Amino acid sequence: MNIAAQINSILAALVLLTAFGLLVQRRIYGLLHLFAWQGLFLSISTGLVGYVARQHHLYISSILTLALKVIVLPYILHTLIVRLKIHKEVETVVNIPTTMLMGIALVIFSYHLTAPIRELSTLVTRSTIAVALATVMLGLLMMITRRHAVTQIIGFLAMENGLFFAATSATYGMPLVVELGVGLDILIAAFIFGIFFFHIRETFDSLDVEQMARLKEEE
Amino acid sequence: MSISPFILAASAILIFLSIPLLVPLFLRHQRLLINISSLIAAIASLLAITAGVWTVWKGSTESYIMPLGLPDLPFHLRLDPLSGFFFTVIGLLGFSVSIYSIGYVKGFLSRRPVNRLIIFYNLFMAGMFMVIIADDAFFFLISWEIMAAASYFLVMFEDEKAENRKGAFIYILVAHVGAIAILLSFGVMASLATGFENFGGYTFDAMRQTEFPIKWATVAFLLAFLGFSAKAGVFPLHAWLPEAHPVAPSNVSALMSGVMLKTAIYGIVRVTFDIIKDFPWWWGVIVLIFGLLSAVMGVLYALMQHDLKRLLAYHSVENIGIILIGIGLAMTFTSFHLPVLAALAITAGLYHTLNHAMFKGLLFMGAGAVLHATRVRNMEEMGGLIHKMPWTAALFLIGCISISALPPFNGFVSEWLTFQAFLLSPSLPSPILKLIFPLAAALLALTAALAATCFVKAFGITFLGQWRGHHTHVHEASPSMRVGMILTAVSCLFLGVFPTMVISWMDIIPEKLVGGSLTTTAGQFGWLWLTPISHSRASYSAPLVFLIILAVVLLIYIFLHTRKTAIHRGPLWDCGFEKIDTRMQYTGTSFAMPIRRILGFIFLIKETVRIEASTGTPGHNTFPRSIHYRLRVRDRMWGWIYNPVADASFWIARKTGKLQQGRIQAYLVYSFVTIIILLVLL
Repeated sequence: MNIAAQINSILAALVLLTAFGLLVQRRIYGLLHLFAWQGLFLSISTGLVGYVARQHHLYISSILTLALKVIVLPYILHTLIVRLKIHKEVETVVNIPTTMLMGIALVIFSYHLTAPIRELSTLVTRSTIAVALATVMLGLLMMITRRHAVTQIIGFLAMENGLFFAATSATYGMPLVVELGVGLDILIAAFIFGIFFFHIRETFDSLDVEQMARLKEEE
Repeated sequence: MSISPFILAASAILIFLSIPLLVPLFLRHQRLLINISSLIAAIASLLAITAGVWTVWKGSTESYIMPLGLPDLPFHLRLDPLSGFFFTVIGLLGFSVSIYSIGYVKGFLSRRPVNRLIIFYNLFMAGMFMVIIADDAFFFLISWEIMAAASYFLVMFEDEKAENRKGAFIYILVAHVGAIAILLSFGVMASLATGFENFGGYTFDAMRQTEFPIKWATVAFLLAFLGFSAKAGVFPLHAWLPEAHPVAPSNVSALMSGVMLKTAIYGIVRVTFDIIKDFPWWWGVIVLIFGLLSAVMGVLYALMQHDLKRLLAYHSVENIGIILIGIGLAMTFTSFHLPVLAALAITAGLYHTLNHAMFKGLLFMGAGAVLHATRVRNMEEMGGLIHKMPWTAALFLIGCISISALPPFNGFVSEWLTFQAFLLSPSLPSPILKLIFPLAAALLALTAALAATCFVKAFGITFLGQWRGHHTHVHEASPSMRVGMILTAVSCLFLGVFPTMVISWMDIIPEKLVGGSLTTTAGQFGWLWLTPISHSRASYSAPLVFLIILAVVLLIYIFLHTRKTAIHRGPLWDCGFEKIDTRMQYTGTSFAMPIRRILGFIFLIKETVRIEASTGTPGHNTFPRSIHYRLRVRDRMWGWIYNPVADASFWIARKTGKLQQGRIQAYLVYSFVTIIILLVLL
């Protein structure tokens, strides 16, 4: 195993670590920082894969990731949190140790699931596919277990990180056009979420998505 | 390009499709719009008749692939003798009804604009022709839906009435359940024709060339039969007919009952005889049994009705049953390789299709004229209309005689042919069928008798006796309405008097479908005698019967009118009873009472008598102040089939509604769990 693969594995481990960090973090600013770190690791990993595999378009992806996920999105969310005067505490539906246990189960499940792909693939990055899948699932788990709209969007973005990671590690990245499109989508999604937050707060005086159960038709 | 039947047919369809474009031009001239659009529709119908008659006469088959359609799936069209026959049927009634519409539709002018009626009337006609001419599953279903949607809006025409909305809803619901079944059936056949790799199997041609394994063929047939039965109103899927037909404008009811139901018959014949071709005998028995059920139950329910158009709607159920009996017999004979018998049975079924279109169209138009004049639908409030509307009465009587299967009119010929087919069933090799068929023949005879009873009631209560209604201004139908009815009445007579000509004209159809023909035998004694199988068995000379009846009628007329003491009208003899009034007349309810007593278990009858006693006087029950009698006869099928299905769907909907938690997390859990399960399983 060459050095690049080893560095890549370390980066993958760090991404997974930040994903778990997102699950346990109780403070909302902490969440933002962790998210930014995850983006950074992702960006470095992408650049590294681009260098090793001589896929130069991956550099653009890497820079894009750095700009969007490490700088722009955390900045937007930070502004939102300040503007909306959101509680600094994260409220969860399921308590944190249980969430952790579920997360561990999901990681094991991902490794089990990607075992056949690891056998077939010849890429440098093949061992990280499981991590990528686990990141997606952990993001989804985070969306499920958090009550707050801001934490849900962070979960959503973490999920996207996982997908991006899966794309680079499974096939050395999607075509550049697709990645640009996805990057744009993420940015627009963040804007839409921002507008959405304002509306939820105007309607319910809170950003707790549980309040949206009131929209349901009475039985 | 030289003129061929196909060109005529296609131009008829195009004309029907383009008539709605006229509507915006004449928004302010509604009378002119009605005249012009109806005349153009009549011309288009004439084109369709020409195309149909020509195709059947030549026995030609023309097919075209249109440059239109879905990507890579062009529409296929085909005009063969079977389509040509149905073109003729639809065109004939469409022609009469279009002329009738000139007068009839004007009756709405004082109440509402008629743009919608004209638009959907023509789309409806176009849809029916397109169904007949379609030669692939997509175009067929698209046309089928155009037909269903257009007729839905026609039923909804007077949408301010709750019963119209209800009738139209039930209609569109049943139509769609049927359409789904047809779609699935075509899906099964198409996938067997080419597999799932390409879409080539969606043409009927590809399906024709496929040998279906019997198991899947049965699935396809049962689905198709279910779907087409829903449209045709086969018992027990008939419930939409008596709800939708009475509330639609009468020209539309005439078309819906007369020809729209026939497109379903066309579908059944097309799928079984043309596409699947090879089937076991019990398919025929299924069709036969449902036909019998529809015939008997339809006529029994019809007897209980006092709404004129509802009664006619139930008679459509009955007649569809009779047509299906013919087709079921033909299927059974075909599977036992008896082509001549099969040809006889299918000729009987198709002939009855044509006949029913004519007389039911006539009856609905007559009912429309009566409704138009009296503004009531309940015949217990009519009576004595023969004096006020002699033309309508005479024409309606012709319809009644035809539908009751009495010579010399057309109903007799086709029912007689059906009986001949039944009487030849001993030649079948299966002993069970030898037992079933005579029983079925007896039931068919019962149906015919009950139908006659029912029309004695319908005609007697509506046109004879004295006027029971309140408003006295009842007028005769307008000339164009009369012309429309006269045209169908004349066709009824023609079809009844010259069956040999018609049968030899349409002989190509059984020849193509079942490989047998009747010409060799049917016309063996010239045009005068109709001999289905052999001279020693049975033959019927319609022209002679007609001449004899005509002669007898003339003799009686001469005998009565040339005597010195001519007939003169006087006041009604009141049997010495002082005050005779119209309420003492025999009513439709009392006429149907014996049958209600004998066969009451079939209906859901609620009969209440409330005696309002004159209080204070001794023996107050002897001289009550008033007696209220209420009778409600309902269809048992509502309780047995429709309500359970409706309840079940509501139950499922409520249970499914529980999924809606209103919490994002719950929805996320749904997708999460789904992903995990799929990942584990795949």
